[in-house]
Amino acid sequence: MNAEYRHLISEGLWNNNVGLVQLLGLCPLLAVTNTAVNGLGLGLATLFVLVASNVTVSAVRRWVTPEIRIPVFVLVIASAVTAIELLMAAWLYDLYRVLGIFVPLIVTNCAIIGRAESYASRNPVPQAAVDGLAMGAGFTALLVVLGALRELAGHGTLLREAQFLFGTGAAHWKITVWPGDHGLLLAILPPGAFFGLGLLIAIKNVIDARRAGRAAQPVAAQPATAPTA
Amino acid sequence: MRFPTASSPFVHGGGAVDRVMLQVLLALVPGTLAMFWYFGWGVLYNILICTGVAVAAEAAILRLRRRPVRATLADLSVVVTAWLLGLALPPLTPWWLPAAGSLFAVVVAKHLFGGLGYNPFNPAMAGYVLLIISFPTEMTHWIAPSVLAEVRLGPLESLRHVFTGVLPEGLAWDALASATPLDTMRTQLLMNRTIEEIRTSPLWGDFGGRGWEWIGNWYLLGGLWLVWRRVADWRIPAGFLGALVAISTVFYLADPDTHPFPAFHVFSGGALLGAFFIATDPVTAASTPRGRWIYGAGIGLLTFVIRAWGGYPDGVAFAVLLMNMAAPTIDYFTRPRTYGHRSPGDLEP
Repeated sequence: MNAEYRHLISEGLWNNNVGLVQLLGLCPLLAVTNTAVNGLGLGLATLFVLVASNVTVSAVRRWVTPEIRIPVFVLVIASAVTAIELLMAAWLYDLYRVLGIFVPLIVTNCAIIGRAESYASRNPVPQAAVDGLAMGAGFTALLVVLGALRELAGHGTLLREAQFLFGTGAAHWKITVWPGDHGLLLAILPPGAFFGLGLLIAIKNVIDARRAGRAAQPVAAQPATAPTA
Repeated sequence: MRFPTASSPFVHGGGAVDRVMLQVLLALVPGTLAMFWYFGWGVLYNILICTGVAVAAEAAILRLRRRPVRATLADLSVVVTAWLLGLALPPLTPWWLPAAGSLFAVVVAKHLFGGLGYNPFNPAMAGYVLLIISFPTEMTHWIAPSVLAEVRLGPLESLRHVFTGVLPEGLAWDALASATPLDTMRTQLLMNRTIEEIRTSPLWGDFGGRGWEWIGNWYLLGGLWLVWRRVADWRIPAGFLGALVAISTVFYLADPDTHPFPAFHVFSGGALLGAFFIATDPVTAASTPRGRWIYGAGIGLLTFVIRAWGGYPDGVAFAVLLMNMAAPTIDYFTRPRTYGHRSPGDLEP
């Protein structure tokens, strides 16, 4: 794997994560993450749309003039979203019903048009595909973590309703972490999404600051040790 | 010869945060004793649990933020927050309820926004709203005031119930429980009964519920002392209670069968505690004189609206948080004219 791809993957998953850093696509991110499985479902749908639109936009980039690029991007994204919406209605009907309006609303997810505009329309197809994959994976991971966090606080379970995504065999995947019905209802209500996302952004910033501090330390320590040495 | 020069403010009241907070705590004593008289040991345990958890959380987060722990704890603001939250919770509630509420109040509502002086929302009310939204069942399990109760729990029995949920032999929770006056009024009105029919129940005193109205009086006493000491600005409680009385009078006169009389609104639920102790929080309230009238009146109106048509029996906490949100805007539009300037915000002399 060359450096370009490695850079794209680290950008998508961590350094320039769609939700944690760019703060794009917050509407679905905040609305559907009340369970880990819902988050995973919408994340995968977004991932698919992102890869499809990135590849298409990149493939046609030589024939699309800047004046008409936005309508073209929107058409490409809308086609991909329509396709995945029909696929979900056909095979994942329960999940489709739970996610409801947020599947068609992927069209309006600024993260997708943002990647088309800032990356796919300027780079060759393989790189655009990897960029879509990495950005989509980063977004999916965030949705799953936030969903798991809220589900844990609100219901005391993990992976509830897994059968919506993985078929009836997955119904027993549900892990009850603490039993009883004393869940923190606020966590699965909309405010819980804001608190959860804020917490995750804070944690990411703390990790980044720690890392930066550790990377800077040897350099900073050198002048201090130099006189004694 | 040199004269000492100083920048504004030139006249200082000599007050410090801890002195203000100490006076608020003193003013809370009569109301707290009344609560204790009518609702028993559960009230004290609520306050103790809230204070313990809040102080521990404040110490931990101050250490995390590398701020002076001892000096900040000594300003007593966290004790006031915890005490107010403890008074708002139903007595004999399970211990984790006050603990969760005060943890949220201190960590999220206060320190995530930057600590005392930076919090846009009243921490005690934010904690209360978290609890009433998340645990509506526990939060509406009130007990009967002593004037109506057949049995009372002693200190040890109460303690056992708070921590283990076990009641003494042969005693069911129903023997202790009773809906609050606001709750009763709300559910009975929803059952299409008129106020006159509802008030035939022995639950009612002269103004509000029996017991409750007296607690209101003692809060009023403490609150008036605060106003007299100029710790609390009289405009906020005046605006709050004035607006609450005004709007409830209008609806009472229009339809006395479905709208309780104004004194009921003032002496029920959190109105008096809220008007004098919660809405007057100097950090989260509006700060201009005209703004304080608007701020107080807004809370009064919203309280009435939520009580009359909302989904919850009492609306003081929600009203306070909503007006907290509006306070910066109110301040912006009610800035007084600075001496020597033509209009507020005008920098040219």
